[in-house]
Amino acid sequence: MSESYLPTMTEIRGRLAAGEVRVEQVVRSCLDRMDAFEPSVRAFITRTDEQALSQAREMDRSGPTPETLTTKPLWGVPLTLKDVLTTRGLRTTCASRMLADFTPCFDAEAVSRLRNAGAVILGKVNMDEFAMGSSTENSAFQTTANPWKLDAVPGGSSGGSAAAVAARMGFAALGTDTGGSIRQPAAFCGIVGLKPSYGRVSRYGLVAYASSLDQIGPMTLTVEDAALLLRIIAGHDPKDSTCADQPVPDYPALLAQRSDLSGLRIGMPQEFWSKEGLDLDVAERCAQSMAVAEKLGATCVPISLPHTPYAVAAYYIVASAEASSNLARFDGVRYGYRDKEAANLIEMYRNSRSKGFGEEVQRRIMLGTYVLSSGYYDAYYKKAAQVRRLIQQDFHQAFKQCDVICGPVTPTTAFGMGEKTADPLQMYLTDIFTISLNLAGLPGLSLPVGLGERSGLPVGLQILGPAFREDLLLQVGHVLEHHLPRLPLPTGIAQ
Amino acid sequence: MSISTDDAAKVAGLARLNPAPEKITQFADQFNDILDYMQKLNELDTSGIEPLYTPVTHETVFRDDEVLKEYSREELLGNAPETDGNYFIVPRIVG
Repeated sequence: MSESYLPTMTEIRGRLAAGEVRVEQVVRSCLDRMDAFEPSVRAFITRTDEQALSQAREMDRSGPTPETLTTKPLWGVPLTLKDVLTTRGLRTTCASRMLADFTPCFDAEAVSRLRNAGAVILGKVNMDEFAMGSSTENSAFQTTANPWKLDAVPGGSSGGSAAAVAARMGFAALGTDTGGSIRQPAAFCGIVGLKPSYGRVSRYGLVAYASSLDQIGPMTLTVEDAALLLRIIAGHDPKDSTCADQPVPDYPALLAQRSDLSGLRIGMPQEFWSKEGLDLDVAERCAQSMAVAEKLGATCVPISLPHTPYAVAAYYIVASAEASSNLARFDGVRYGYRDKEAANLIEMYRNSRSKGFGEEVQRRIMLGTYVLSSGYYDAYYKKAAQVRRLIQQDFHQAFKQCDVICGPVTPTTAFGMGEKTADPLQMYLTDIFTISLNLAGLPGLSLPVGLGERSGLPVGLQILGPAFREDLLLQVGHVLEHHLPRLPLPTGIAQ
Repeated sequence: MSISTDDAAKVAGLARLNPAPEKITQFADQFNDILDYMQKLNELDTSGIEPLYTPVTHETVFRDDEVLKEYSREELLGNAPETDGNYFIVPRIVG
């Protein structure tokens, strides 16, 4: 094995830009780790070793310049992408048989921005099929293991992204979050995950699951890395009308403006902190991080988000409805799997879709079709949208009393593979703390706050904020991170 | 409210899906559990509450409607299961 590089993304990009290490060395060190850990972790659906190496050699030939850090802020940095983001000339499967052979002719906007910043793509990583799931067990191709404990799930749906970053196979990843799909796997794998405000990052080229909820965001080792990555991918894109035309703050530079938490009011929703709903491991670590926040000058304020108990029901109605509409495009005509045996057009549609989509995807499409169907629309879809308004109002009320809201990301640490696959409703309920944020369109940061005393597995704290205040979440996360113990390398792959 | 196997089969048709009969039965059972859980929403009086369909608050940014040729026909047909080089081919629709 060549020298192993384990610094953060921000550190390695500095060394690359200064010419202290060559791009090829850094890429090779990631590939070596992939060779070593992939047999047990299985994070990648598609590896692009050859392209990455040839890109690296080409970059090394021209070398960094004094302007590299400014013009190419990710020059030579190896990253991974959730396989729901389109990549020009590179297979994009959404972890579905439906798209097993789909090679897009365009890059997602977030991917173009990474490429323009000089990043090297190591490959496409695993997920729940079409981002529907909370454990990455719904992938049509493989399950991914949690690097901390190989028989536990990495979370989902961005489980491949989280596992790859935790195992240092790539310095960061992009994930997507529709109901917690960045924050929950980040918590389960002990990394940082940021779900930006709705409209902060262009969704162009993100294969849509639930368009009013989906956002792309960074999954990284540190808050500083997340700030850097968000700075690069955020900002208006004429190709996505829901992407806001708002200036992008210099997130990494703003981190330096706050050295403690004095004057910060942290709202602690009683619905997130009730003892009955939380594993001891999670409750202890999260409470401890709040004590650290108070020592650093923050004031913790008890608040209430009274409609939290309704969020899962409202979410699964809205998300399934949007999914049934979005996934209607997979018709076996323009792209994707086609059943060649069908005698007529309707049979071709039906067979292609039922053979191409996995079970959870079909379940959600049918659920969505049902809640949108004539006679049920008002009772389910409209009702859920009204409850969504109430959930958003809860947050607006809460932010009158506090600057940010903190709570656990998940009620438990990473659960075992196969533990929740038999009962879809039990799996949906694991998203209880993450889902309301997507319904309200707000940003949230998942921060690792230590290992559970009993499980030995990572615990994540969520820091939630008002729309477009990612700067504040990152500052608070950055301060806390420096006063919490840094996690060791994941125990499941420690050698 | 209870969903029968027939109801589930009808929804599968509307959604242009064709699950195996035993899957339809299983889906019907699961939908009953899931929709029962969703009845929870009826505990809330939402009369007069404006539905929230999207968190977008900004106004749509307009741009000029310019014709661009970004992709070749070959690229756009490249992922199709069946083409004749010019068009997508589907099973015969009219006799």
